[in-house]
Amino acid sequence: MAIFSVEKSSRIDRLIAHLYENMPEIEADRAELLTESYRATEHLPIVRRRSAAFRHILENIPIVIRPEELVVGSNSKAPRGCQTFPEYSYEWLEAELDTVHAREADPFYISEETKARLRRVHPYWKGKTTSELATQNMAPEALEVFMNHGVFTVGNYFYNGVGHICVDYPKVIGKGYTAIIEEAREALSNLRIGDGDYVSRRHFLEAVIESCEAVIGYAHRYAELAEKEASSAVGARKEELLRIAANCRRVPEFGARTFYEACQSFWFIQQLLQCESSGHSISPGRFDQYMYPYYKKDLDEGKITREQAQELIDCIWVKLNDLNKVRDAASAEGFAGYGLFQNLIVGGQTADGRDATNDLSYMCLEASSHVHLPQPSLSIRVWNGSPQPLLMKAAEVTREGMGVPAFYNDEVIIPSMMSRGIPLEEARVYCIIGCVEPQVPAKTDGWHDAAFFNMCRPLELVFSEGYDKGKRIGLPTKSVTEMKTFEEFYDAYCAQQEYMIELMVNADNAVDAAHATRCPLPFESCMVESCIARGKSLQEGGAIYNFTGPQGFGIANMTDALIAVRKLVFEDKTVTMQEMKDALSNNFGHGMDEKHLTATTVEIVKALAAQGVSVTDEQIVAIHEEVKKAQSGNANSARHREILSLIEKCPKYGNDDEETDLFAREVAYTYTKPLEHYKNPRGGMFQAGLYPVSANVPLGAETGATPDGRLAWTPIADGVGPASGRDVHGPTATANSVSKLDHGIASNGTLFNQKFHPSALSGKDGLEKFVALIRAFFDQKGMHMQFNVVSREILLDAQAHPENYRQLVVRVAGYSALFTTLSRSLQNDIINRTEQGF
Amino acid sequence: MPIENIYAVRGRIFDIQRYSLHDGTGIRTIVFFKGCYLRCRWCCNPESQSYDIQEMTMNGVKKTVGRDVTVEEVMREVRRDLPYYRRSGGGMTLSGGEALSQPDFAEALLRAASGESIHTAIETTGFADKTVLDRVLPYLDQVLMDIKHTNGEKHREFTSRDNGLILDNARYIAERANELIIRVPVIPTFNDTDREIADIARFARSLPNVRRLHLLPYHRLGQDKYAGLSREYGMGELEPPTPEKMRRLLSVAEESGLICRIGG
Repeated sequence: MAIFSVEKSSRIDRLIAHLYENMPEIEADRAELLTESYRATEHLPIVRRRSAAFRHILENIPIVIRPEELVVGSNSKAPRGCQTFPEYSYEWLEAELDTVHAREADPFYISEETKARLRRVHPYWKGKTTSELATQNMAPEALEVFMNHGVFTVGNYFYNGVGHICVDYPKVIGKGYTAIIEEAREALSNLRIGDGDYVSRRHFLEAVIESCEAVIGYAHRYAELAEKEASSAVGARKEELLRIAANCRRVPEFGARTFYEACQSFWFIQQLLQCESSGHSISPGRFDQYMYPYYKKDLDEGKITREQAQELIDCIWVKLNDLNKVRDAASAEGFAGYGLFQNLIVGGQTADGRDATNDLSYMCLEASSHVHLPQPSLSIRVWNGSPQPLLMKAAEVTREGMGVPAFYNDEVIIPSMMSRGIPLEEARVYCIIGCVEPQVPAKTDGWHDAAFFNMCRPLELVFSEGYDKGKRIGLPTKSVTEMKTFEEFYDAYCAQQEYMIELMVNADNAVDAAHATRCPLPFESCMVESCIARGKSLQEGGAIYNFTGPQGFGIANMTDALIAVRKLVFEDKTVTMQEMKDALSNNFGHGMDEKHLTATTVEIVKALAAQGVSVTDEQIVAIHEEVKKAQSGNANSARHREILSLIEKCPKYGNDDEETDLFAREVAYTYTKPLEHYKNPRGGMFQAGLYPVSANVPLGAETGATPDGRLAWTPIADGVGPASGRDVHGPTATANSVSKLDHGIASNGTLFNQKFHPSALSGKDGLEKFVALIRAFFDQKGMHMQFNVVSREILLDAQAHPENYRQLVVRVAGYSALFTTLSRSLQNDIINRTEQGF
Repeated sequence: MPIENIYAVRGRIFDIQRYSLHDGTGIRTIVFFKGCYLRCRWCCNPESQSYDIQEMTMNGVKKTVGRDVTVEEVMREVRRDLPYYRRSGGGMTLSGGEALSQPDFAEALLRAASGESIHTAIETTGFADKTVLDRVLPYLDQVLMDIKHTNGEKHREFTSRDNGLILDNARYIAERANELIIRVPVIPTFNDTDREIADIARFARSLPNVRRLHLLPYHRLGQDKYAGLSREYGMGELEPPTPEKMRRLLSVAEESGLICRIGG
């Protein structure tokens, strides 16, 4: 496929070099402008305050054109800089202002001046944020578990906007915002003033119009800036700037006439969605489909060469890395790598079921290969009719080791979406949001990353009869030592799990309602059906499809754990339940680390203080020593290590052992099935996903030892794959095991990481066999597969000499990131995933 | 033999390896037979040579090498990767050891696989009676056979056997097999000169229906196993051929007119 190998323009490397020159920076302009506007609009309804603030920001925020850019528009002056969004939450940022530059995961530079400016605006937000309202909305028991016990976290949308959407790019690119304004005006004129919802509809539609006008005005500001810069520029750059100015005068106000205009129009949509709200996973979706008509027309009319089109696509790829977001330190661990999860997918099917591959599908793959950057999260849809050359090209890009593209199986995802009430034609045009979540573009508010649910914790609650950190948070299930059968034990696990699921649902819905009350998003909403027709924002349920998708993880650990308990305690009776319980609390004889010793000491001191006993510093040291002695001197440590070795010999998920793998299917159901009974405030249902993003590491660090032999505080299995290092029979065996899960029911997505040594993909032969592996996994109804193709030696070397690997991109979870920006523990987790070598 | 009895035939293997990419077309499952007629000094599977069940110490852990299994037991493993064979054109490869040293088992396995429409291949030294070849060839889709040296004396010195029967069998197989690929382990001090490789390639070219030749560079991965079996490693500190050297030998081999490549 020689035609699909297009040379990279030298401009691209220079754009990238500029982007990565400095550490990303936090800027205060948006927060200031937002606050200014909010202060001035307290008399208005919330949706109008949102559009007024959006307009105020777009009229006044500093704008820049970066050197040599062809597609323009940046939310920050500094390359890869970010604005802040105090309307969602600000306390964490206020607290971290002095440490955010030095933290391990995703550090940001922040100037003293910016700190001072943010400190000035933050007090205004006290009591006004979505997170504060969400806190009030939650049932006390749900709040307690979310805040203090970490069985699940709803932190993502608690602290930030929701995002996780693919809007109607083709409509805006094709008709411009004038058409949307027109549509909103018409809806306004059709309102009946006697209608009960006249008020809310009118406010929403007026907010839509104001937002669209603000965006048009913003583009015009860019046109003026480009004209101004052109006046002092010379040669080719002068021409380029004049062309940029002409583009910004035309789009996104009106429909694009050329591929270049379409690219600029696309970019403003993509960028400004991420200025209105801090929600991430704003996903371009099927870029190759909706951009193709412009490309084709220009190519046919001789207005563009393939090289020029490739350069523009490459420019967009670079721009996708210009956007950034600062998260609180804990979330930064869970989403490490400055990820914005802008998922862009190629290939797949048309609405009428034909193969959708076109030139742009190849050129998107080529662009990722050209820029070698974490964004976009590139994905590819695979079905029985996918052309082999496209998959070979995808395999070739995979071999480069960036972890893209991720592969998705139409043959599972389409029926899975249909099982959620989506018609065939709409299911066929699905795209992927964020990490791995399928969605009907332009019609869905999917709330796809609603929570992470650690499936290991309910098992801890079974052993503790519902207690955690001295407090009863779970159900008072029977003492494990009194359980006579495995069924009793298993039922207790299900009961604890179901109760925790209910608490999580409560927490999610509390956050959901808070967004509707405090942060409706008129700009985002106007590009999703049927917000305008219904006269309400997405946050109030304006979309056609509404879901909430929290992710469960730890299936592998829980499968192995439950099997070990069944076999050792109930079948072989080689370990008593008391011994198992003791072994877990003694971390299988491996004791506590310093951090947890300290935590225990603190607990004891606190308990003493609560009883009114004051403790001196010397006494604290003495207590700490006692704690240390008590746990290291556990007389049963030898027996506990022996139990660990017995566990090692039990069957493990991931080795193509039918009985174990089918049990894993049941274990997954303990999470996916109860969830389906719940509804969200937008009128939609809950649907499960099965993957942790990278939360398996930080949430694993809060999880004690588990009966699968996992030591305390170590990572939990990533995604639906086996626990780290447990799969020893090669990739086909692992893939067979994973395919035994019911992927269809996890309609919010599943995630299957595989790590390959580059030698497995060498030569055309290697690529063909790699494609065959994916096809065969998908034949067996696997849903998703992604790969890290990088040798262990390179990762270890990169850990030792990060300065030599600034551009090393690896697959983390549903996204890729620069390896050297990840925390040490996450780096280790990636290194330790079983490598399929040959 | 009636088909139902094939599955009960027993043989001795030391491993079954799935997702093998370099031992025949596509994604393959390799069945490693125990026992071999040759004693190649560089052999990377020394535990394959003796037919006896042995103890081997690897990473400080003693393990038993070799187990007796039925054809059905092997096929149960082989069938697990059917979806991958179908998508890649792969299948089952008999290797070893020397699969032809257990002719009943080899034949039964190949008949079973072939009867289940699974692609079959064998990696063989070619050291076998023609009657044995006649029994297995009808069920083989692909034969991968070593030609290690054209000089009989040197062949005996490094492998313990003369190459007369092997060269003769190569022609016999070439005339009858569905596909024969010649493989050359490139061993420094043994056969890594331009001249030696050229001789082998010329011989391979002279065989009817043979179109492909694979050069397999010597590696030291089997070294620790010798210690594990309390044996001495016959290759000392010998270094594997460099990539540059392999590329030169590749161009030498290509002069024969065969389609050649480095690696399986």
